[in-house]
Amino acid sequence: MSTRVAPFRGSLTSREQVSVFEFSWLAIILIPLVAVLIQVFIPVLIPVKLWFVPIIDLPFLVTIFFATARRNPISGSLTGCFIGLLQDLFAGYNHPLGMYGIALTIVGYLASSLGVKIDVENPGSRFLITFGFFVVEEGVYYGVAHGMLRQALQWSWSHTAISALANAIIGIFVFRFLDRFKQR
Amino acid sequence: MDTFLGRYRNLIVLAAILFAQIVGLAVQVRRPTDQGDTRLIRIWAISAVAPLEKAVVHSQEWVQGLWTNYAYLRGVRRENRELRAEIQQMKIQDARLTEDANMARRVQALLAFKEQYVDSTIAAQVIGTSGSEQSRVLYIDKGSNDGIKPDMAVITPTGIVGKIVQTAPEWSQVLPINDQFSGVGAALKDSRLQGILKGTPSGATTLQYIMSDEKVVPGEQVITSGGDRIFPKGLPVGTVATVAPGKDLFLNIRVIPSSRLDQLEEVLVVTHITEKMPDTKDLGPLRASDILAERLPSVPNKADVDAAGNAKPAGATPAPGTTPAAGAAGAVATTPHPPAGVTTRPATTALGTTKPAAGVANKPAAPGATTANKPAGAATTPRTTAAGAATPTPKPKPAGSAASATSPQTNANGANETASPVKKVIVNNDDTTPAPKKPKPAPEPTPSTTEPPPSTPPSGAQPQP
Repeated sequence: MSTRVAPFRGSLTSREQVSVFEFSWLAIILIPLVAVLIQVFIPVLIPVKLWFVPIIDLPFLVTIFFATARRNPISGSLTGCFIGLLQDLFAGYNHPLGMYGIALTIVGYLASSLGVKIDVENPGSRFLITFGFFVVEEGVYYGVAHGMLRQALQWSWSHTAISALANAIIGIFVFRFLDRFKQR
Repeated sequence: MDTFLGRYRNLIVLAAILFAQIVGLAVQVRRPTDQGDTRLIRIWAISAVAPLEKAVVHSQEWVQGLWTNYAYLRGVRRENRELRAEIQQMKIQDARLTEDANMARRVQALLAFKEQYVDSTIAAQVIGTSGSEQSRVLYIDKGSNDGIKPDMAVITPTGIVGKIVQTAPEWSQVLPINDQFSGVGAALKDSRLQGILKGTPSGATTLQYIMSDEKVVPGEQVITSGGDRIFPKGLPVGTVATVAPGKDLFLNIRVIPSSRLDQLEEVLVVTHITEKMPDTKDLGPLRASDILAERLPSVPNKADVDAAGNAKPAGATPAPGTTPAAGAAGAVATTPHPPAGVTTRPATTALGTTKPAAGVANKPAAPGATTANKPAGAATTPRTTAAGAATPTPKPKPAGSAASATSPQTNANGANETASPVKKVIVNNDDTTPAPKKPKPAPEPTPSTTEPPPSTPPSGAQPQP
């Protein structure tokens, strides 16, 4: 619809000003919903079972995309909260509502805060942002589950790194696709 | 103040959102119920998308079936030939396994073991997952409307899958065995060591609580132990992949599940499990172990021994509510009192057809059992023909028997049956416990003190149900 220009406060990018993108309300509601549904049902629907499918976290990628595109920490937090709670609904047994909600709220806030300062439009920065924030999300989730709920989760650096890598690679293509919904 | 709020507005909003979610978490943890406080909102959310997913999955299955069943039939003839050859091989293998199974069932019957049988199952389609790596629950398209309840076992023909943890009218949630909150009683098939199969966050399955001084080798089969009272004993679980020393004196055993948990499409929900004695009818000819069991000394039942120490003739005082056994041709067939704790087979038809003999007590030790078919001690019971001409058939009596009653045995034609260990077709009473076969030892002339039971039905009488 309209493109606002946010003042550039950092020095991590060579651009003088960064663009703030807007999205239609339909896209804001439907894209996270579809992402969660795909996440829930895609392992059943695809005929070929690929090893990396279960570790792809589409709701997380959508949260990062909206947060970095809108570059507003409040909307990033709210988007992360909404998507996280939606993901919590389907997570099922022994999974209280709010675990993903808290994790994605923090990720959304940090990603939008970082998006104000650096260029998040090129694939390289998107790869690094996705990789880093995936580790942050896993860490927050583990902290909530282990510290607050006393769930006996096991932290695995190797598994987290592989998952982060897979999500970062897939994220490049997902972000490219979602760029179409941006309104300048 | 306005400056402060404006400056830290983002952080304040973030803190408020996090605080609200943490309070929500605390409420859910503080009041845990079977399904959690959020059961309703979860059910609404999942029920909203379940019909859509059912439609997509079923239409996808229909298209796949159309392609694989009608269009893509390349190599079917070759596959058919291979399957036929495989059937021939399996028939040979089946003959050997059947013999082993029969022997095992006889032994189980001797020891009064009870087996658990999967009585009824419901086939269900997997329509969704949790969408989370931390939780590996599955959603199936059958729910409480189909009779599914929590804690029912979910299996496939290749092995176990998990258990039902939550149900709604149209769908159910399955906790698979590779979920980190799952636990299944399991045992190693060869060494019979028992442990608990648990999932890990990465989706692997490990067998825990096996002491590190035990010897476990990769490749060993893992089966359910039945200890969790969800899965029947003996179902395949998986195969040991790796064995490594773990923490706290236990082995770290990684198990590869028999079911492909990442490729599940259709599963079976076990809705009913029965526990019953192994069925020993039609188990084939007598064996040496049966003959040995027959020759074991038995203790006379005090109720069946009169004051003089003589055993009451069989069938003389039938217990109320019992019915004498009758074969297809009206033959009454009863069996001697077995050794304590050993169940007996109920009856034998003269025509050689296996039919249930109603009212025959197979468990002599059970209180209230049919006394007509439970002669005391060595008192053997008569076998009469359809014509009712009961000719005493000499049978050996164990040493120390109080009476010398013998059982007359005649066949349907009125001819005497010689008491020999020749195999007769055994009739089991379905409503009583099956029992090992009782051979007839070598004849020994005894006085004909046994009368045919008064309850012998006339010729041609049908066995009472």
